Amino acid sequence: MSPVNYLYLAALLFTIGATGVLLRRNAIVVFMCIELMLNACNLALVAFSRMHGNLDGQIIAFFTMVVAAAEVVVGLAIIVSLFRSRHSASVDDASLMKL
Amino acid sequence: MENLIALLIAAPLLGAAVLLCGGRRFDRVGHLLGTALAATSFVIGAALFANMLTKSVDDRALHQKLFNWIDVGGFQADIAFQLDQLSITFVLLISGVGTLIHVYSIGYMEHDERRRRFFGYLNLFLAAMLLLVLADNYLLLYFGWEGVGLASYLLIGFWQHKPSAATAAKKAFLVNRVGDIGLSIAIMLMFTTFGTFAFGPVLGSVGETSEGMLTAIGLMLLLAACGKSAQVPLQSWLGDAMEGPTPVSALIHAATMVTAGVYLIVRSGAIFNAAPDAQLVVVIVGAVTLMFGAIVGCAKDDIKKALAGSTMSQIGYMILAAGLGPIGYVFAIMHLVTHGFFKAGLFLGAGSVMHGMNDEVDMRKYGGLRKYMPVTFVTFGLGYLAIIGFPGLSGFFSKDMIIEAAFAKGGTEGWILGSITLLGAAITAFYMTRVMLMTFFGEKRWQPDAEGHLPHPHESPKSMTIPMIILAFGSVFAGGFFSIGDRFLNWLEPVTGWDHGHAPISATTVTAATVVALLLGVSIAWVMYGRKARPVPVVAPRGSVLTRAARRDLLQDDFNHVVLVRGGEHLTRSLVYVDHTLVDGVVNGTAASVGGLSGRLRKLQNGYARSYAVSMFGGTAVLIAATLLMRAV
Amino acid sequence: MNGLNVLAASTTSTGEAVQFWVLGTVAVIGALCTILMKRAVHSALCLAGTMIILAVFYLANGAYFLGIVQVVVYTGAIMMLFLFVVMLVGVTAADSLTETLKGQRWLAALCGLGFGVLLIAGIGNASLNNFSGLGAANGAYGGNVEGLAALIFTKYVFAFEITGALLISATVGAMVLTHRERTEPAKTQRELADQRVRGKHLPPLPAPGVYARHNAVDIAGLLPDGTPSELTVSKTLRDRGQIRDVSQQALDDIKALEQRSEERLGRKGPIGEVDKAGQGGGDGVAHDRNEEEATR
Repeated sequence: MSPVNYLYLAALLFTIGATGVLLRRNAIVVFMCIELMLNACNLALVAFSRMHGNLDGQIIAFFTMVVAAAEVVVGLAIIVSLFRSRHSASVDDASLMKL
Repeated sequence: MENLIALLIAAPLLGAAVLLCGGRRFDRVGHLLGTALAATSFVIGAALFANMLTKSVDDRALHQKLFNWIDVGGFQADIAFQLDQLSITFVLLISGVGTLIHVYSIGYMEHDERRRRFFGYLNLFLAAMLLLVLADNYLLLYFGWEGVGLASYLLIGFWQHKPSAATAAKKAFLVNRVGDIGLSIAIMLMFTTFGTFAFGPVLGSVGETSEGMLTAIGLMLLLAACGKSAQVPLQSWLGDAMEGPTPVSALIHAATMVTAGVYLIVRSGAIFNAAPDAQLVVVIVGAVTLMFGAIVGCAKDDIKKALAGSTMSQIGYMILAAGLGPIGYVFAIMHLVTHGFFKAGLFLGAGSVMHGMNDEVDMRKYGGLRKYMPVTFVTFGLGYLAIIGFPGLSGFFSKDMIIEAAFAKGGTEGWILGSITLLGAAITAFYMTRVMLMTFFGEKRWQPDAEGHLPHPHESPKSMTIPMIILAFGSVFAGGFFSIGDRFLNWLEPVTGWDHGHAPISATTVTAATVVALLLGVSIAWVMYGRKARPVPVVAPRGSVLTRAARRDLLQDDFNHVVLVRGGEHLTRSLVYVDHTLVDGVVNGTAASVGGLSGRLRKLQNGYARSYAVSMFGGTAVLIAATLLMRAV
Repeated sequence: MNGLNVLAASTTSTGEAVQFWVLGTVAVIGALCTILMKRAVHSALCLAGTMIILAVFYLANGAYFLGIVQVVVYTGAIMMLFLFVVMLVGVTAADSLTETLKGQRWLAALCGLGFGVLLIAGIGNASLNNFSGLGAANGAYGGNVEGLAALIFTKYVFAFEITGALLISATVGAMVLTHRERTEPAKTQRELADQRVRGKHLPPLPAPGVYARHNAVDIAGLLPDGTPSELTVSKTLRDRGQIRDVSQQALDDIKALEQRSEERLGRKGPIGEVDKAGQGGGDGVAHDRNEEEATR
C-alpha cells in the first residue's frame, strides 16, 4: 500500500468536515467539524513528514494542535456567552450582518 | 499721427457711452452731442487722410498698437489698428456719410421722445464700424463685426413697440449669426493654420498654405460676408430690416454696414487669390444676388423695400467684382463708395417723402410729388440717375468698371458674368425708373390715413435737405472724380493689387452696351408706368407668377421656412426621439440593470455566516481548479 | 522501538494496509456521523472516535509523540471541553436537520463534492510515489520525541514561544468572555435573613380578592373585620390612585341590575339610564380619586 492513501483519507475527512460546517446550524457541531478539518490537515502533515523523511511536518502538526486548543477555548467561550444572551447556539440566529 | 487712429473710434464710443448711460439729463443736447462726435471722427479721419496724401505710396500705412488684449500662451491678440488706403477710404465714407445722417436724423427724429437713445445707438454703430475697418487683426475685426451686428439689431428694432420691427430685428440678428459662425470658424481655421490673426502675417504666409485650407477659410469668410451683406442665401433679413427708422436704413442697411462683407473679402484678397474655387463661389453668389435683388426690387411697392432690393443687387455687383480677384477689387470698393453716396441719398430722399406723406411707404399712394418737394425731387433724381448709371454720374463710372472687369475675367466665364452684369444694369434702370415715376410723376394717388386726413406733402426741414444735397453732390461727382486719371485705382492699387485682365471686347463697346441696356430699362419702365394713358393702379394688380413671387421676396422666407424651419423642427423632433428612446434608454437601461443586478446581488448578503462560508468554500474550489488547470496547461 | 522504526520505513507492510483500510473506513464513518447526528453529544462522541483512529494512524506513520498527544490533548482535553459545553447547552436538545437557508444544502453538497474531487485529483496528479520514511530522521537524535524536541527548541523556538503567548491570551480571553461583573457584593446568608425579618409584614402579603365581594383587580379585598385593605391592590394601581370603593361599587351594581330587570319586565325606563348607571361607576372612581387628592 502506498502512504499516499493517507493523503486521500485526509482529503476525504477534510471535505466531510467542510461540508459539515456548511450544513450544521448548531455552533458546537460546527466547531467540531472545524476540528475534524484540522485533524485531517494534521494527518496529511504527518503523512508528508513520513514521505519526505523529516520531522518538520510533525512540528507543524504539533503547532496546529496547540493553536486548535487555543481556538477551541476562545470559540467555546464565545458560544457560551452567545448562548447566555440568546438562549440558542444556532449560527443562523446571529444573522445581523446583512443589509 | 498714429495716435489719432484710436481717437477715430473713441469719439463715437464716448458719445454712445454718454448718451446711453447718461440718462435723461442729456435729452436736450443728446442729438447735438452725438452729431458733434461723429463730425469729430470725420475731421480726424480727414486729417489722417490729408497726412497720408503727403506721404509716399509705400509709406502710407499706419499702425497703432494700444495694448495687448489677450495673451494666453501661443494665443496672442492685440488691440491694434491699421490705417492704410483701404481703411481710410472706409473711414471717410463711414464717418462722412455717418455725420450727414446724424444731421439728417436731427430733423427726422425730432418728434421721437427717445431721440437721445437713437443717437446713442448711431454713435455705437459708428464706433463698431470704424473698429471693424481699422482693426489690424481678424479677432478685433470680429469684435467690430459683432458690434455693428448689435447696433443694427438695436436700430432695426428701435421702434420695438411695433411687433413687425421687433421681429425684423430678431430676424436680422439670427440670420447674421449664421454668417458670424462662418467668420468665427474662419478665424479658428486661421489660428490653427497660421498661429495668428493679424492681417500681415496671415495674408503674408498664404503662399505656404495648402489650397484646400485656403478654400475652406475663403468659403467661411464668404459665409460671413453673405450674412452681413445680405447675399444669397442669407439675404432674407435685409428687406425686413427696413422696419427701422429711415436714417438707419440709409446709413447701416445701404451705405456702410452691409458693405462690410465686401470689405472683408477685399481685405482677405490674398486668401481668395490663392483659392480659385472659393473665388468662383464668391462670383456665383454675387451674380445670383445681383439678379435676385434686382428682380425683387422690380416688384416691391414699398419704396424702402424696393430700395432694399436695389441695395442687395448693388452689393451683389460689389461681391461679384471682389470675386473677380485683382481685376475687380478696386472697382468693388469704388462702387461701394459711390453706392454709399447715391444709395444713402436715395434712402434719405425716401425718408423725406415718407416724412411728408404721413409715413406712407406704398408708392402706389404717392404720385406727382415733384411739385411739392422740389429739393427732395432733385436730390432723389440725381441719386436715381447715378444708380442707373447715367453717363457722367457716379454710378456710370463705377458700374461700367465692374461690367468691364466681368468681361475681362476672360473665357466663357467672362462672357456669362458680363452678360449678367449688363442685364442687371438694364433691370436696375427699370426698377429705379419705376420708383421715380411712381413717386414723383403721374397723378396724385394720395389716400387718407387711418384718421382720415389726406397727406399734405411739404418740403422737409433744412437739417434733412442739406445732407441730401451734399450726398447728391457726391452721387454726381464722385465717380467722375475717382475715374478720371484712374485716381482711385492708383490710390488703392498698393493695397489690393490690380490686374487689367484680358478683355475680349473694348471698353468703348462695353460702355456703349451699358448705355443701351440702361436706355432699354428706362424705356420699358416708361411704357409701363409713365404714360398718361396707363395710370398706375392704387391697388396692386394680381400680376404674373413671377411678380407675385418677387413681391414675396422670391419666396425666400417660404424657402427658409420649409427647408430650414420645418427641417430643423423635424431634425429636432427626431433628435429628441432618439434622445428619449436611444440615449435615455441606454442610460436608464444601464441604471435599471445595475439596480436590478444589485437587488439580486443584495440577496447574497443575507447575514448568515453559513452562506458566506459556502462562498468561501466554493471560491477555494475554484482556486484549486484554476491551479490544476494551469498545471495541466 | 526498533520494530516500530521498521514499521515507519519507506515501505508499508501488509499489516499496515489492513489496518489502514479497516480503521480508515471507521474514521470516515465516524466523520460522517459527526456531521449527520441529530444530537451534539452524539456528534462529539463520533468525533472522539475518529480522532482516536487518527492517533493510531499517526503512530503508524512514525509520529509517536503526536499520536500520544492526539489522544491526550485532543481526545482527552478538547473533546471533553466540547462535551462540557454540550452539557451546558443541554444534552437532550436535538437539532432540527431541516435546512432553513434556501439552496444551502445543494450548494454545500455541490461545493463539497467539487472540492473533494478536485483535491483528490490534485493528489492523484502529484508525483508522490517515492518516499523516504522516517527511520533516519527519528534515529538522528535517538528517537521521535528527541528529534521533535530538538527541532522545537532550536529551529522553531520562536514559534514555540509565540504559541505559548497565544495559549495565555486564549485563556485570558475565555475568562473575559465568560466573566460577568457583579454590581454589588454578594449577600451572605445572614444578610438575607435580616432583610426578610426587617420588613413590615412577616406573613406574606394578602392576595387580591381575598374575602372580597368582587373580582376586579382595582377593588381592594376585605380584611376579616370587613374593612378593605389597600395592600391587596397592585402597587402600580395604588400609586396611580385607581382603587375603587367596594361598597359603592356594590350599590351601583345592584341599582343597575334592578334597572335592567325593570326594562326586561316592563320595558319602561329610557335606555339611556343604564348607560348613565354604568358611567356612574366611572364617575365614582373619578370622584374618589378627587377626594383622595383633596385629603392629601
